[in-house]
Amino acid sequence: MTALSHQCLKPRGALYGLWIAALVIAAVAGLYCAYTMEHAGHHITGMTNRVVWGLPHVFAVSLIVAASGALNAASMASVFNVSIYKPYSRCSVALAISLLIGGVMVLVLDLGRPDRLIVAVTHFNFRSVFSWNVFLYTGFLLLCIVYLWFLCERRYQHQIKRIGLAALVWRIMLTTGTGCIFGFLVGRNSLDSALLAPMFIVLSLVTGTAALALCLLAIARSQQNPLPVATVRSLSTLMIWFVAALGYFAIVHHLTNLYVAEHAASERLVLGGSMAALFWIGFVTVGLAGPLLLLMKNLIADTDADYKTQKRRLQFASAAALIGGASLVYVIIIGSQVSAQRLFPGKTVLASSFGDVGNASYQPSLWEWGLGFGGVAVGLLIFQLLLRLFPFTADRQHS
Amino acid sequence: MQSTSNSVSARRRFLQKLGLLGAASALSSYTLIEVSASTAQGASAVNRWGLLIDTAKCSAGCDACVTGCNEEHGIDATGRDDTRAQWIRKIDLQDNLTGRESSLPMMCQHCASAPCVDVCPTGASFKRDDGVVLVNKHTCIGCRYCVMACPYKARSFIHETISNQKSIAPRGKGTVESCTLCVHRIDANTGQQPACAEACSKDAHDAILFGDLNNPDSEISRSLKQHKAIEVRSDLGLNTGVRYTGL
Repeated sequence: MTALSHQCLKPRGALYGLWIAALVIAAVAGLYCAYTMEHAGHHITGMTNRVVWGLPHVFAVSLIVAASGALNAASMASVFNVSIYKPYSRCSVALAISLLIGGVMVLVLDLGRPDRLIVAVTHFNFRSVFSWNVFLYTGFLLLCIVYLWFLCERRYQHQIKRIGLAALVWRIMLTTGTGCIFGFLVGRNSLDSALLAPMFIVLSLVTGTAALALCLLAIARSQQNPLPVATVRSLSTLMIWFVAALGYFAIVHHLTNLYVAEHAASERLVLGGSMAALFWIGFVTVGLAGPLLLLMKNLIADTDADYKTQKRRLQFASAAALIGGASLVYVIIIGSQVSAQRLFPGKTVLASSFGDVGNASYQPSLWEWGLGFGGVAVGLLIFQLLLRLFPFTADRQHS
Repeated sequence: MQSTSNSVSARRRFLQKLGLLGAASALSSYTLIEVSASTAQGASAVNRWGLLIDTAKCSAGCDACVTGCNEEHGIDATGRDDTRAQWIRKIDLQDNLTGRESSLPMMCQHCASAPCVDVCPTGASFKRDDGVVLVNKHTCIGCRYCVMACPYKARSFIHETISNQKSIAPRGKGTVESCTLCVHRIDANTGQQPACAEACSKDAHDAILFGDLNNPDSEISRSLKQHKAIEVRSDLGLNTGVRYTGL
């Protein structure tokens, strides 16, 4: 067994240059979109006073949740002592930091008054889950920085399990907090559920592992040093469990909603209304069935079976899981606002001067897409920068 | 040597003056705070302001309360109904069992346990001692969590720049607002009704009654004792300051 060593990742080549250029353009475009939205006001977006949280929130929540899950490899190695993930610990923590910054950036730039960020970090209402999240996000960032430091310093090796455990507990709190942002909204039928917190934890495991798998495959390609088969198969196994668990929570969530009569309208919207296509195709087919089928094939195949096919399956399954995760977040956030709030049980609303009849419509604008992708680009740029500046990438590994 | 002792004493004098200046400014700002606190007449928990809406008197085709509110607070139509501020809206209902129709205005319910106040991360959404729920325009960051949390869809996010504002209702792009129960009229202590109630009475409907829910002798408290009034979404246990009869 060769000793574990790390290096800075400094890829060259036209393709890499193009990739970085694309990310920079997307990041700048995202900032421009945010500036325009802030300057002109949110009326240029698809958001209204019925749908006040739009696509930027879908991007922000997806990124933040994925950030928490991206720490999986580090947690597996440091806390559960799974040696196969040790070479990827630093990368895993760096990705978590990057995605979190990207997500929080989108969240902040979508505020009505992003210039008042200083107010958000100096005035706290501790009854608000949002306030807790300010601490959860900053705490997570600090923990991850310390975690990376310990991972890089030989003299702190004996402390890694402790910091890893702290980060694991913290990220579970973080995703619980994110889930609770929605779970505490008692006035909205589709959200009023304690199940959202554990569902967001599982969602983070799925999307975080998927994002990390894609990054590790890309890094391996740039290093011309393929991921070991064992790693590909282990990631496949993890993903299967996580995707299956997400499916379980989604089924329980919808079954309980269907059971409660007052939630029937919001369930109809998701299962058979304007959100149905995204739910059934985006989440169930692409996000659940697709990855499960592809990854099961990987596990059924012999260990020595075609490596490239196994790798490609993991790649497609991860991309599909990310699309599925984002679709689920969209259905949860937008779906909860599109359906009319029921104020008068036993009565039909005949007319309203402001949107109590029928479902609202929401069409995300280009500004929102721009800001969302800008956040993703900023996250990925930070990740590239971290890998370039610090020895976070494992060198050739053989056992 | 001489020059050194001169410079030391000059520095001492400077520091002494700086200290005196600091003490004077601290004292004056303390005095100002004290004066301002003693002259301001704050909201008192002795009162709890609220509305009682008689849906039997509310007419389906009438929107006088909405117009009255908009005029009072300078809420102009922007041409985009989905994004303009909606402090108060009219809803027409039909009972599924009896087919009986009713109409009512819906606005901020000024809940005692207001979800908007609970979720606001900066504390910009707050409840005064007299039960009026307001938004502090200086600390609202426009996160819209309160809009999401309000079960009554009573809050509006301001999507665009506002011109021709009224001094009694400062408003701002990128922040959230809702019915203030015409708090400027309450604080003026002239016994004026909120604009919606006034407009309703002007149209001879008298469907909106404003008053002090804590005062057992007020008209609103007496009416509440006589009629069966309900809270909308009473299942949430929010103890609303706005009640409805005839529903």
